[in-house]
Amino acid sequence: MPLTLEIALTHIRERLRQTVLSVLGVMTGVGFAVAMAALMQGSQEDFIRRIIDATPHITVRDDFRAVPWQPADAVYGTSAVGLSSVKPKEELRGIRNPQPKLALLAALPGVAVAPTLRGPVVLRFGGRDVAVSLLGIEPKAEVRVSKLAHDIREGSLNDLYTTANGIIIGSGLARKLGAGLGDSVSLSSSAGTIRLAKVVAIVHSGVVAIDDATAYARLKVVQVLLDRPNVINEIRLRLDDVNGARALAQRIERRLGYRTESWEEINENVLEVFQIRNIIIYTVVGGILVVAAFGIFNIVSTIVFEKTRDIAILKSLGFTEADVRAIFVSEGFLIGSFGTALGWGLGYALCRLLGSIEIKVGTFAEQTGLPVTYDWRHYAIAAACALTAAGLAGYLPARRAGRLDPVAIIRGAA
Amino acid sequence: MTEPSFVTAEGVHRVLPGPVPVTLVREIALSIGAGEFVVVTGPSGSGKSSLLYLLGLLDRPTQGEILIEGRPTRALSRDAAAALRLASIGFVFQFHFLLPEFSALENVMLPMRRLGTLEGAAMETRGRDLLATLEMADYADRRPDQLSGGQRQRVAIARALANAPKLVLADEPTGNLDSRNAEQVFAILAGLAKAGRAVVAVTHNLDLAAMASRQITLLDGRIVEDVRTH
Ligand SMILES: Nc1ncnc2c1ncn2[C@@H]1O[C@H](COP(=O)(O)OP(=O)(O)OP(=O)(O)O)[C@@H](O)[C@H]1O
Ligand SMILES: [Mg+2]
Repeated sequence: MPLTLEIALTHIRERLRQTVLSVLGVMTGVGFAVAMAALMQGSQEDFIRRIIDATPHITVRDDFRAVPWQPADAVYGTSAVGLSSVKPKEELRGIRNPQPKLALLAALPGVAVAPTLRGPVVLRFGGRDVAVSLLGIEPKAEVRVSKLAHDIREGSLNDLYTTANGIIIGSGLARKLGAGLGDSVSLSSSAGTIRLAKVVAIVHSGVVAIDDATAYARLKVVQVLLDRPNVINEIRLRLDDVNGARALAQRIERRLGYRTESWEEINENVLEVFQIRNIIIYTVVGGILVVAAFGIFNIVSTIVFEKTRDIAILKSLGFTEADVRAIFVSEGFLIGSFGTALGWGLGYALCRLLGSIEIKVGTFAEQTGLPVTYDWRHYAIAAACALTAAGLAGYLPARRAGRLDPVAIIRGAA
Repeated sequence: MTEPSFVTAEGVHRVLPGPVPVTLVREIALSIGAGEFVVVTGPSGSGKSSLLYLLGLLDRPTQGEILIEGRPTRALSRDAAAALRLASIGFVFQFHFLLPEFSALENVMLPMRRLGTLEGAAMETRGRDLLATLEMADYADRRPDQLSGGQRQRVAIARALANAPKLVLADEPTGNLDSRNAEQVFAILAGLAKAGRAVVAVTHNLDLAAMASRQITLLDGRIVEDVRTH
């Protein structure tokens, strides 16, 4: 063992209690850093998995990113004449005559396509009114792009074909209305149409916002209800390769002109929230490590103070400033390393614990453990941070120790 | 006289800066060769310790030059001075100054381990031999707090000799010892000089001073007497 390390060990062994406390400080910092990172990445990956699982990978909307082209532009173009207050041509939104477009998209390799007409309706049952988003779907196409069939808890998706004016409602919605399978609910749209529909299935996606305010019916039924014959306003795509979604969405948008969003784009703000959450939690963990670093700084400073005589001896024997510095920096690193090793253990244990905690979600009382991701990089990053902090906390007093004047100390001690 | 000088001081002044500058030593001109046993005496505060620190490169002159084996040391970096000290100079202080966590043998081995020219086993053999010549063989594995003052001082001397330095500097090495122990320590130092080292020891004890081959007297930081006795 290098001599400086050996001397460092004797120093920290002598102050066992304080050393143990500092080690525990580092351990806590590293342990929580690892557990938090595992939990955050876990929940983020879980969220993305759910998104990828539950929502379309690409959505084509009846909307344009740029302001629609106006006939006045054709006349004046980008000339020196500027036209303000051009009254835009009124247009009813919607993807009209969607069949060729659907066929075009369906022909892409590794792509499943389903059309949707979505509109606001009011659902009434037993005197209660609930505003919902009604989705007109093609059950056969739907099963290929969404989990809808899989999420059905009661009834069946195919009953939409067999029941005239069948409707599927979200589990939260069913609870709010008090409606169950076979009940007749009334639907009224802003177009003034009112229809009676029969609940053929109840769906539970696990996403409260969807389960509380969404209903599904056959596309044709919804087109009639909303008075938009042969119009859809959404095409949803499911891809074999999720990661290609962004690029494909851009290609489709260039081709069709409609605003086309990938799942990443749609959930961008949620992913941003994850980033902010990461920053917050890493700040807290960083704070723990700073406190641990102060502990190390404190113990190493104390040792330097107590060992001034020894420092003078070593220098009089011919040890260099760097040798003396190395002794005290090693003390910081030793504490940091012990703390890191224990912190890894603590972090792993916390991950196991968090992963095994059962939490109840929603009315169907699903049992899920907290999502935890095990990744060696969490351990490496936590260790790097802890050791850097420990090294720095040891370096400051060590530098002072290296500069101590042995003559002054020897004189003072004599 | 014919011996080449190991350490030479030329016009050395050492002034502590401050609101009231303190002159520790002044106009020191001195040359000490191998085989010399020099005793430095003088009243308290006359600058004896200060002189030793300068000769051992632990302190630096404000003016003048210290030469080691003819080479000036003013321009040496602190690390280079430390390296010279490690290989060629051994210090013994009035208080033993051993590392409390290490055994006698481990203390003696410290400079050897830092120098790193010997193997582990050879270092231990040399450490035990050194302790044996100081009649400390039986105490090699004791920690300093399990040793008497005289024993600790002998361990400190053994440690000063660890790397076979050409110059041994002892600042009142017997200050804490009874007369029998003090005499033994001086006999050891005299033996070192006979063996070809340059030895400089500070003492107030004139009986012990008589054992030296040369006696330097300081007064107020100045050499007032420098006589060779034999
Ligand atoms: N840091 C300091 N500040 C002010 N004066 C100092 C300092 N260090 C030493 N001195 C003074 O310098 C002079 C020389 O000190 P030095 O220790 O060399 O004397 P000495 O001969 O070794 O004395 P002693 O026999 O008591 O050990 C003394 O007068 C002392 O008071
Ligand atoms: Mg003195």
